[in-house]
Amino acid sequence: MTGMRGLRHTLLWLAVALGALTASPGSAQGGKSSTEEVENALSGIFRSIEAARFNEALVKTEALIVARPNYRLAHLIKGDLLLAHARPVRTMGAAPNAPPERVKDLREEAIARLTAFRERPPKDQIPRYLLQLRPDQKHAVVVDTRKSRLYVYENVNGQPRFVADYYMSHGRSGIDKLREGDHKTPIGVYHITAALPKAKLADRYGDAAFPINYPNDWDRRLGRSGSGIWLHGTASDTFARGPRSSDGCVTLTNADLNILRPLIQVGLTPVIISDQIEWLSLDNWNAERESLKQAIEQWRGDWESLKIDSYLGHYARNFEGDGLNLRQWSERKRAVNAGKSWVKLSLANISMFRNPGKDDLVVVTFDQDYKSSNLSGTMKKRMYWTKEGGRWKIVDEGAA
Amino acid sequence: MKFTKIGVSRACAMLALACLATLARADEIADIGKLLRGGQLDQAMQKVDSYLASKPRDAQGRFLKGLILTEQNKTADAITTFTKLTEDYPELPEPYNNLAVLYAGQGQYEKARQSLEMAIRTHPSYATAHENLGDVYAKLASQAYDKALQLESTNTTAQNKLAMAKELIGSGNTRARAQTAQAAPATQAAVKPLPGTPVAQAPGKPAAPAAAAPATPASAASPATATPAAPGTATKSGSDEAEALAAVHAWASAWSKQDVKNYLAAYAKDFKLPGGKSRAAWEADRTGRIEAPSKIMVKVESPAVTLDGGSATVKFRQYYKSNIVTASSSKTLLLSKAGGTWQIVDEKSGN
Repeated sequence: MTGMRGLRHTLLWLAVALGALTASPGSAQGGKSSTEEVENALSGIFRSIEAARFNEALVKTEALIVARPNYRLAHLIKGDLLLAHARPVRTMGAAPNAPPERVKDLREEAIARLTAFRERPPKDQIPRYLLQLRPDQKHAVVVDTRKSRLYVYENVNGQPRFVADYYMSHGRSGIDKLREGDHKTPIGVYHITAALPKAKLADRYGDAAFPINYPNDWDRRLGRSGSGIWLHGTASDTFARGPRSSDGCVTLTNADLNILRPLIQVGLTPVIISDQIEWLSLDNWNAERESLKQAIEQWRGDWESLKIDSYLGHYARNFEGDGLNLRQWSERKRAVNAGKSWVKLSLANISMFRNPGKDDLVVVTFDQDYKSSNLSGTMKKRMYWTKEGGRWKIVDEGAA
Repeated sequence: MKFTKIGVSRACAMLALACLATLARADEIADIGKLLRGGQLDQAMQKVDSYLASKPRDAQGRFLKGLILTEQNKTADAITTFTKLTEDYPELPEPYNNLAVLYAGQGQYEKARQSLEMAIRTHPSYATAHENLGDVYAKLASQAYDKALQLESTNTTAQNKLAMAKELIGSGNTRARAQTAQAAPATQAAVKPLPGTPVAQAPGKPAAPAAAAPATPASAASPATATPAAPGTATKSGSDEAEALAAVHAWASAWSKQDVKNYLAAYAKDFKLPGGKSRAAWEADRTGRIEAPSKIMVKVESPAVTLDGGSATVKFRQYYKSNIVTASSSKTLLLSKAGGTWQIVDEKSGN
């Protein structure tokens, strides 16, 4: 006997609530991702259900399963569409004896995917975090954990341009990683530190893994611990994972990871993980990066011109660097400066990435070329800039 | 309509009538059926083979052969036999149904589904096929869920064994005629000549309950009149009779309104549960059946009430129509009075 009424109501709440039915598919550049393919299919399935064309929905679901045999969400929808012939289906994933946690994972995946399918990233806006890419940083990765989405941006003459977005999963205990084993995903500015090929990995990491530099200097300063936060793929028996299912890693489907893989530059590609991306218009983005660029240039100029008071005026009260606080740092700088007749300082390959969160905190790195009357040297420097009394100040400085 | 519950003899009788075959032939078929039911499979096979030697295309004989092969666990041969029957007689639903049962037994649920859909396409009201199809869908769903949720094949739904059609009722014409015969008393005349056959008492045939008919206060034509106003009329037994009948009408009305609560409330706590099910499982099953269609209409036709102390037997023709299925079948409800209300304690349906 048919029991389609219940199913229609059940699945419909999802589709209608999300507005997925009126969504227009977003098109990403550079090859069709599994995200796009799957979300297009899911949207079509829900449209059929909405129109009470259940057989059509089943045909579409089966086609999706042919394309992605290990796609658990598709199997779940298929189960519901079939079971509805036998008895009323009142909830998505109406399997008797279904483990509630697993059903919840799949339900949340459906919501995340359909929402993202409807709400495309704003075309004329830029994630606030990408203030300045180095010229040799070809791409940047920005994660929105709340949306279960990973965005890829291309560096086009210093301006980020949207390339693609992918469904992703993060830690089963959420975000704001604090310590080892808390199953949380860190929020912050990181970069890829290594590339691990499939041959060296356990199956659960999928086709590749890219460790990131958690905990970074700022995490350490705040006492955050743990390690082994990777960007990686999915086990071979599963096409996709629940939105919150990792031990803290960021995971993609293998298909999407393999599209992203050639874009990754080890030691260079930034990975910025946010709870919820803040977007800026091009104008506001420009204004923000110019104000910080100016502050950095003034700091450089004050150091070069040996104006020690102005130079020290660029450091925040809670500054820490080289194990020194602001007072100790000032004393040392005054002593060093006293013995110099001239300083030449040039900065190259500047990058500026804003830390996600409510604090104004920007990670700045550059190659520093320092020449002076008694000492010369080049180094890779990393600074954290923050706002103090409305002015950009340095809160942390050290070797990158 | 549960074809599984019809006697072989009756099926043969109907077939004999419909196809205007000889009584001798019906006897032979009946004998084979007897042997099959008695578990004398080899003899049944010998007899059906010799029968088919003279009538190689005979549907009834081939159908019985398929059943014998099934009993002998010669599944592949049984599948071949039923498949050929569906090719030669695509209008017969039972071979499709049995093919589906065999496929399901092999775990080929997709094929089972297709066969059952063919059975239903030929006979939209074929209840056995509908029930089997429900089970096959549940099984397919459970396979999908296993993949979705990585379950170790819990298969709770799979325990339902699909129902094999044991009798070949016949073509659509036969069925239509059989149904009209039961629905409209006028055509009973056509059925009457039957007593010549060994089948004296066809279960569910309206002729029998008709004898009890005079006892019914409300005429079959307007069952509604018997419903609410009945209490307080005439004699004690007359009022019991009316009350029991009113309870049956209330039950049918709750069913029609898809009012699960009142439908289930019509059944006594000690209602005899079919197939050894738990009350909860039975209620879930009934709830499903009631809620699944978007529309249901149930009519109680020609009810006959027999009182026996604190219990009443109500026999009637149940006319069921939903957006999915239309079916007319005979029904017997045994009610018992407790605390001033009549509730159903046993339920039997036949054709």
